[in-house]
Amino acid sequence: MTRNDTERHDALVLETRSRFGDKLLSVDRSYGDCALIVDLGVVHDVLAFLKNARRFDLLMDITGIDCTNLPAHRERFELSYNLYSVPDDLRVRVETAVPELEMNVPTAIDLWKSANWAEREAFEMFGFNFVGHPCLKRLLTHHEFNGFPLRKDYPLMAGQWCSVTSDLSDELNEPR
Amino acid sequence: MSDKTINIEEFVPREGEARRPYSSADFDRDIDPARDDFNEGLTLPDINTEPMYVNIGPTHPATHGTFRIYARLDGETVEKAGVDIGYLHRGFEKIAEYKQYNQIIPYTDRLNYCSGLTNNVAFCKAVERMMGIEITERTKMIRLIIMEIQRIMDHMICVGTTIVDIGALTNFWYFYNARDKLNDLLEALTGARLTYSYTRIGGLAWDLPAGWRDDVKAAIKEVPSAIADVRGLVQKNRIFQDRTRGVGVISAEDAISFGWTGPCLRSTGADLDLRKVRPYYGYESFDFDIPVGANGDAFDRLMVRIAEMEESLKIIHQAIDRVPDGPINVDDKRVTLPPKEKVHTSMEALINHFKLVIDGVQPPVGRIYDATETPNGELGFYIISDGSGHPYRIKVRPPCFYAMNTLKFLVEGGMVADIVAILGGLNVVAGELER
Repeated sequence: MTRNDTERHDALVLETRSRFGDKLLSVDRSYGDCALIVDLGVVHDVLAFLKNARRFDLLMDITGIDCTNLPAHRERFELSYNLYSVPDDLRVRVETAVPELEMNVPTAIDLWKSANWAEREAFEMFGFNFVGHPCLKRLLTHHEFNGFPLRKDYPLMAGQWCSVTSDLSDELNEPR
Repeated sequence: MSDKTINIEEFVPREGEARRPYSSADFDRDIDPARDDFNEGLTLPDINTEPMYVNIGPTHPATHGTFRIYARLDGETVEKAGVDIGYLHRGFEKIAEYKQYNQIIPYTDRLNYCSGLTNNVAFCKAVERMMGIEITERTKMIRLIIMEIQRIMDHMICVGTTIVDIGALTNFWYFYNARDKLNDLLEALTGARLTYSYTRIGGLAWDLPAGWRDDVKAAIKEVPSAIADVRGLVQKNRIFQDRTRGVGVISAEDAISFGWTGPCLRSTGADLDLRKVRPYYGYESFDFDIPVGANGDAFDRLMVRIAEMEESLKIIHQAIDRVPDGPINVDDKRVTLPPKEKVHTSMEALINHFKLVIDGVQPPVGRIYDATETPNGELGFYIISDGSGHPYRIKVRPPCFYAMNTLKFLVEGGMVADIVAILGGLNVVAGELER
């Protein structure tokens, strides 16, 4: 909010718009934050542009959202990438709508190593398929768990009986 | 017989050769070159190069929580490691969608349970920014003081237990004596010693008890001597240095790519601290420094924390006399209950009270991400409101989640015993990691 964030966000939006044109669908500037809402087809290009050209070197978080009950939404799911630039002290979010029937999203693991577990969490909670992720499996929930617990149609109190501890040999036996 | 030479090739186990228990007959045969059958089918089972697979955890005392490291060992070297977490996953984000905003505060206590008050403040700060509420100056200063007390307590646990894990128990008690005094302070303030739930949206649960500020001044006098005691025992200790220096090294660039924040990132030399770059609650008006490390190893991660405790003490010393008088809750009908005597006498106050209790705090429609510098690093809350009394979605950005992501890469290639030194320095708290 301080340190002319607004001007720097303005410049960032202009630059993104000139580069990606109408693939930058809209911009959410509420509360002094800046969220670039982009087309799913260019999400990896936008992230690569922000990382390499605009020095957003810290991927804070990847948030999945089930928009079922939100009044205006284009697709059922959304993904929100939360970026921070350490040298410039600036935050930006990149948000994209993901259709329920084809939840393929390119992985961001080639840009930030922190995308590894963040994408695994989004996968297990919502079912996003991160194309190119080397080890896309459940992280916080049990490997025998069925369903995606943070979807709005998953009941709050649904319990599942999982018994067999996961064998991590797939992580161990990959070549060095 | 005497010209028999030992072919070094024979010592290498042949492909697919079966292992069997070593017997004394083998021993005689192997060491006596005079025997006829020397070198026939020679194996040296005592040079075992087969990989060994071990589980470390899920209830290993040095993990301080339930998670599992599955490691492939070659002798004492960790060749490969897989990390399994999720044993304490309680579905915080799912539960929060069914609760009112003020009802979520007790759940935030259970994120990083070593510093519950910081999580309370971080959550309330996010919701308050969403509602455009400017909390009172008194509340700001109280929140700042309790956050710094919690930072000292959190670092005491992290440093104390890590040094215990690598074999020095005494330091733990030095820290815990002082920590207990601080815990008494928070008990006097909140009534609890672990799950405080002290903040509310727009203010605090209640005001400071009488004489609390003098108690703080007395209690924090214990801390410098505890720090000095621990420093004196470990900082120049040869054994401690051998165990932690050059162990689990990471560069600043890699740490940022892995999403590190907080003291772990600062140990690599990057000086990112939200209290400096994005000050809130008046941190900009205090005189304190940001300790940074140089090597990004386990030693630096612990020493940065110890130095940060001293900086927190400086902040508390400056802040404790600057707590202004005044109300603790904002005068805002959307978040603060009206005074009880008005509820009994005025219709508007009664309705206001009823609506706030039944419907809860209702932030406007929108999305916000708000971050706070907690002892572990950046704790962020991404909140989506649909205008109702329940959040539509809350995503917690836990700092140690991303540190734990890195553990696999830090331990591979090192020794088994280094795992606990690395894990302790990352200060992975299962409640926050798995939410």
